[in-house]
This record gives sequence, C-alpha cells and structure tokens, in this order.
Amino acid sequence: MIAFLTAVLASGVRTGTSVLFATLGELFTERAGVLNLGVEGMMLMGAMTGFGITWLTGNPWLGALAAMAVGGLMALLHAFVALVLRAEQVVSGLALTFLGSGLSAVLGSPLVEVRQVARIPTWSVPFLSQIPVVGPILFDHNFLVYIGFLLVPLCWFWIYRTRPGLELRAIGENPAAADVQGIKVMRQRILYVAFGGVLAGLGGATLSLALTPTWVEGLISGQGWVAVGLVIFAGWDPIRALFGSYLFGALRRLPIDLQNFGRFRANPSLGYFTSMLPYLFTIVALLTVSIGDIGRRWGAPAALGRAYVREDRDA
Amino acid sequence: MPVEGTFRRHCSMPRTSESQSRTQTGPRAAAHSRNMVEMRGISKRFPGVLANDRVNLDVAAGSIHALLGENGAGKSTLMHILSGLYRPDSGTMKVEDRTVSFASPLDAIQAGVGMVHQHFMLVETQTVAENVVLGDHRLGFHMDPSAIRDTVAEQGRASGLEIDPDALIWQLSVGERQRVEIVKMLHRGARLLILDEPTAVLTPQEADTLFDRMRGMAEAGRTLLFISHKLNEVMALAETVTVMRQGRVVDTVPQSQVSRRELVSMMVGSPVLFDVAIPPVQQGRKLLSLRNLTVENDRGQTAVDNLSLDLHQREILGVAGVAGNGQRELAEAITGLRKLQGGAVVLDGFDVAGANQRRMIDLGISWVPQDRQHTGTAPNLSIQENFDLKRYRTARGGLFLDRSGQASRAAALLAKYGVAAASRHQPVRLLSGGNLQKVILARELSTELRVLVAESPTRGLDVGAIQTVHELLMEQRSRGVAILLLSEDLQEVLSLSDRVAVIHSGRIMGILPRVRADADTIGMLMAGVVPAGMPT
Repeated sequence: MIAFLTAVLASGVRTGTSVLFATLGELFTERAGVLNLGVEGMMLMGAMTGFGITWLTGNPWLGALAAMAVGGLMALLHAFVALVLRAEQVVSGLALTFLGSGLSAVLGSPLVEVRQVARIPTWSVPFLSQIPVVGPILFDHNFLVYIGFLLVPLCWFWIYRTRPGLELRAIGENPAAADVQGIKVMRQRILYVAFGGVLAGLGGATLSLALTPTWVEGLISGQGWVAVGLVIFAGWDPIRALFGSYLFGALRRLPIDLQNFGRFRANPSLGYFTSMLPYLFTIVALLTVSIGDIGRRWGAPAALGRAYVREDRDA
Repeated sequence: MPVEGTFRRHCSMPRTSESQSRTQTGPRAAAHSRNMVEMRGISKRFPGVLANDRVNLDVAAGSIHALLGENGAGKSTLMHILSGLYRPDSGTMKVEDRTVSFASPLDAIQAGVGMVHQHFMLVETQTVAENVVLGDHRLGFHMDPSAIRDTVAEQGRASGLEIDPDALIWQLSVGERQRVEIVKMLHRGARLLILDEPTAVLTPQEADTLFDRMRGMAEAGRTLLFISHKLNEVMALAETVTVMRQGRVVDTVPQSQVSRRELVSMMVGSPVLFDVAIPPVQQGRKLLSLRNLTVENDRGQTAVDNLSLDLHQREILGVAGVAGNGQRELAEAITGLRKLQGGAVVLDGFDVAGANQRRMIDLGISWVPQDRQHTGTAPNLSIQENFDLKRYRTARGGLFLDRSGQASRAAALLAKYGVAAASRHQPVRLLSGGNLQKVILARELSTELRVLVAESPTRGLDVGAIQTVHELLMEQRSRGVAILLLSEDLQEVLSLSDRVAVIHSGRIMGILPRVRADADTIGMLMAGVVPAGMPT
C-alpha cells in the first residue's frame, strides 16, 4: 500500500509540474488584474514548439527556451488586444486558445511521426533520493520538477515581500490607486501578461519534453483550463497553487497507476471515472467562486478583467 | 460644521472695491511672497464638455487656498491636471517657479504636488503601511513588513496624523482612510497638498478635526489647496478663495474681503435665495408607520436597526445622516426592494411588510432612488419608454405596447415637467443629471401616489434644477402626499422638512420639529452623540 501511494504521489509531482508552471503564470497575470483564458492555446504552442526545436537542434533546453518565447509572444498578442485596444478580455483569451489549438495542429503536423527526441534529463539527488518514501516523491525527477520547486517560493517572495510585488497586488486591486502613486499600470500589466505566457509555454514544453516526449494534436487535453481553475482554487497564492497542481497531477495519473493495483485492474469504467476527476474538480472550483461574493472573500483581485483608462470619467 | 457666527464676523468687514481686493493680500501676506503654483490658460475638453476654459490660477506658498464652485464647475478637472492625472489640451503650469509638464501623477509627485482624491485611492485589501509606501522607489527591492510599518508609524507621528500601520484599509472608517491618504502624500514629500471635497463624507466633528490638521500643516510651511462647494467651510478655513463656474475662473479673492453672499452670487452667476416657499398646510393623519424595522445590507450586516418612524399626510419628514448609515437600505425596505429581517411597514392601517415592489407600486408608494442612471431609469431606453416603466401593465394594448398612448403621455409629461430633450425618443442616458431627475419625477409623480420616498433628490444638480425639484416636492406635499426625504445635504433637509429625523448606524438618534432643528444639534446627532438635555 505504501509503495502504491508513494508511486501515486511521485507521479503526481512529476505530472503536476506542467500545470504548475501554467498556473503560476496565470496567477501573475490575474494578480495584475488581467484575465487570460488563452492558457490552453499557449501551452499547446509551447508544447509543439519545444518538441519541434528539440527535434531540430537535439537540445531540449533550447526547445524549452523556444517554448517560453512563443508563449510570451502569444500572451503579448492578448495584451495588445485586451489592454491596448481594450477588447473584451474573455473573448480575446478564448480566441487565443482557438488560435493556439489550430496553429499548433497545422505547424506541428510534420512532428507527429517523430519518435526519438532528446528529453529533459532526470537527476536523482544524491543521498536525498535514497530516503524512503520522501526520496522517490521529491528527489527523483527531471530538472523541470526541481525548477518548479524553486519557482514557487520565489513567486511567493516576489508577490509578498518585494516592492514590485506590492505594486503588482495594487494594480490588480485598484489600478487607479496605483496610478496616482506613480506606478505605470499599463506597462506593468503588459509585462505580467507576457510573463504568464512564458510560464504557460514552459508548462506546455514540460509535457512534450519530459512527461510524454511526443507531439500529437491537442496534447494538452484541457490542462490549460485546469490551470485557470487552479488559480482560483489556490486563492491566487503560489504555495496553494503548488499543492493544487500536484493534487491534480496525482488525480490525472490515478487511472494509470490503478491499473497495476489489485482488484481495480479488471474494471474499465473506473478508468473513465478517474480520468474525469481533474476536470470535475476544475468545474467545481470555478462554480464555487462564481457563486455570490465568495470570489471576493476568496481573494480575487478586485479589478480582475477590467480595463483601466486614466481619463475615463465616471460622471 | 462651523457656526453661523463664524462667517458673520467676516461679512461685517465691507469689501471695498474690486481693485483693492486684488492688491491687498491676507494677514499673512509677508509669508506669501512666492507662488507655489501658477497655472496659465489651462483648457481641457472632454467629449461634449469644455471642462476647463483658459483657466488661470495662482496659489501662494504656505497658504490655505479654496477652490469653490458648484458641481460640474471644473474644479476637479483642474486639480486632476495639476496632479498629473489629466493632461491639459493647452496652457502652461509652474510649480515653485519651475515650468512643469506632467505626463503622469509620478511627475507631479516628484515636483512636490500630492492630491487626496474625493473617492479615496486606496487598495482596500492591503494594510495602511503598504498603501502609504506604494510606488515609493526610495524603498529597496526587498520590502520588509516590519521596516515599512515603522517608517509609516513614524511618518504618522511626525505629521500629527496617528494611524495604525497594520490595519487593513477596509476595516477603517472614512475619516481614518482620509488620514491614510494624507499621510501617503506627505510620505512622498508633497509640499502642495490638494484635497478634493475633503469633508464630503465626514461628520461635522470629523471635519473640524480635519480643519485643525490642515491649519497645522499650513503653519508647518505646506501649501493646501482644497476643493469645496460648501460656503461654510471655505469661510472658516481658506485665506484665499478662487471661484469657478462653468469651467472658468470667476475671480480670486482674499477670504477676509468677501462676504458669503458675494461668493454665492459668483458661484451661481446671479444671486439666488436658498429659501424655499413652504405653503402652510394642515398636517394630515398618520399614513405610513414603520415599526421596529430591521434590514441587512448587501454584506449581511445590520444596516437598519430596530427603527421606528411615523409619516403623516401633507408632511415632509427629512432624514439627515452621513452617507452609508442605512438610508439606502431603509428606502429599499419601504419600496419592497429589500427583504426585511424584522418589523412592520404599516400603510394606512395595513401591514404591508414583505410585499414585493409591484404591490408597493400598486399601493401608491413612489420612489426617487439615489442612483438615477441605473436604479432610476433604464439608460438605453427612450424617455417615452422610461415614462411608461411603471404603467405598461395597466395601459391598453394587452400583449402589445400602446405606442400612441405612450406618445401622448410622453409629450404631456415633457411639457409639464420642462424636460430639455431633443425628442421623446432620445435615450435617457444622454440627458443631463437635472433632466434625468425630471424624467424620474415625472414618472413617479404622475401615478396615484400616497407616499413618496425621495433619496438625495438634488444631488449633483445645478441650482435651477434644485429649485424645480424642491417646488415639485412642495406641490406633492400640498396635494396630501406623505414624503420621506433622505438626503446627505443638511441644508436641503433643514429647508424642506416639517420634521427632521437623524439617522446614525441604522438607528434614529432623534426627531426634531423644524423650529428646533439647528445645524449644531443635527451635526452631533449625525455623529451618534445625543446632546445633553435633549428629550429622546
């Protein structure tokens, strides 16, 4: 039993890493007061680009960098449409998801046949990985998992303990207040949206370069939407985002792991049920915060999704 | 709120001539040899409005300067330009003798200009300390919570504005929030502090405290520029007064050389008497009786607390109070829009508590809500359609709208209430505040009403429109309607009401007949203090 749980948790940490990056990215975007529903599209483009560049160069790190660049560029498109042109943020984000799905399918079609590609290397941390239970869960993974470990406390520190972090929280809560204090609201929002895209691209590349090193159309299979839900579930807090992501990862891996576990082996409908769990969880998370003013109490940035224009008069 | 005597003393000094008043400066003339601010030919146009028209403004260093004018005179726009929030279309500015051009509030802050906005610019979910240091780049990258807490506490002590740096903004009272705003600007090194209608949300007692602090800051060498449309506070506080009207500066005069009456005529363009003719009527029988009413606000807190009131025919009962003390919830409870937690609404002997809005309309309860644009009207519907919002059910035509009936009714109402509109098909969102209010009144008063609940019926209107609204209320009073007037404008309540009830924290602090209702007593009651010797 312990061996089974250890395996589930270890694969949860590994599988959850891709959605962790995307969740952290969307968390920064939303903290800045911008809603970007294009996470799924950015992840797809990131996964396809990362895989393609790795295939061309043989270097998975170059692939990851390219995925981050593509994610950032796509997010800038959202920033331009939603912030500069002030279009509806929900519509612009959805359009980005459709753009990403279509474009990654077209550009990625030659990659579908590719099988042998370099992966992000795995590193068992000396000594630490030998600890029973904890070792396999935390210290026997590919490098991207460790980057995730490092990123979470950095994000927390940035948001709660730095001057730019204070400004970030202010522009998401009350951009007018930030503006009169001399903070460049538009510039900061654009930068955070772009950063969100960079992390979404990395999240996509985590899938195609470390978890399932292949490219097929629709590889992300809804994980971008899970990230959007997880941001809410986490109450816009990076630490809780970490646990949410790993929980999602464990739930996602559960049907596969259960196949090797005793009496569940023979029951195929259980597999369908457990495959559904992560998405059910996302729907419940979204529903919960949409009801009444739970969202505000839960910590949603007050200005989320609203454009800010200095000379708009509320007369 | 200063006593009448304060400005009477100033009025007794005759203002000699126009030229003399310009050359002779206030008692502290020596200290004011230098100008803190010089604005020349400032113009700013918004779509459809020329908000500032070639405005000149000089503010002497170290003085308290008032910018006086009615709502919409362009005061706030001018100050937003001076604080870098808006860019002027034309004109030049000098701050401390240096020519400046502010592209953003940051430029203004760096030039020593800080503004406390009417709607506070605070992040509600953050602490006082975080709000004060927000945007301050002298702080390093790392922000140690205990370090900024100490800095802000020290800043508060040094300026005599004690604040708890760890409190979250949403937990603070309005007066405390204002203090945070001021400390925030002082922390950024503001030498000129602009305050936009600083007393609008304060109790009279809080306002007096603020005035003391402002005098203290001026004595410490800072320049204070405050926007107001209240004569009393301008006379009590300012050394120099600049009056604006319709986007232009009318005149700048030393306070000691101008009378209250002169300021009024500068503000409104022609001398206007505030007095409303109150026709003597015999008060009728008790029509509406609120018994132990308890109502919650949107956040589930008790907003109206065990409140009882009686309203008679041919009576205006004014409810005075600082905004947010349960007035809105009270109005919505009476009109059937808000659920009651307890108590009774007795109309003509029948308890109608819990009836829905449609039933309340049928019972003859009319309502003029405070929010004209959204609660009072449907902004995108035409004037004609808005007129019919309450009568479409009873009009002819069955399933179809009675267009010809609508048209004739609309034409009659437009003429009767003098609504200035291009046509009856114009969407009401294009109307000015005064005309919008006339549309609402025309609709509400053309029904068979017995009770009228009027919430801040003249807020933001110009003098002419205020006059019309007051006359309409008086006309309904003479017709026998029982009127509940909820207003934040104390002058309005005092000049219209037969009786004045003061509301504080959802409770009635006291009810005074008009003859015994003076601003001082009312002010105490508004702050929740029952003056000694007052019967309860």
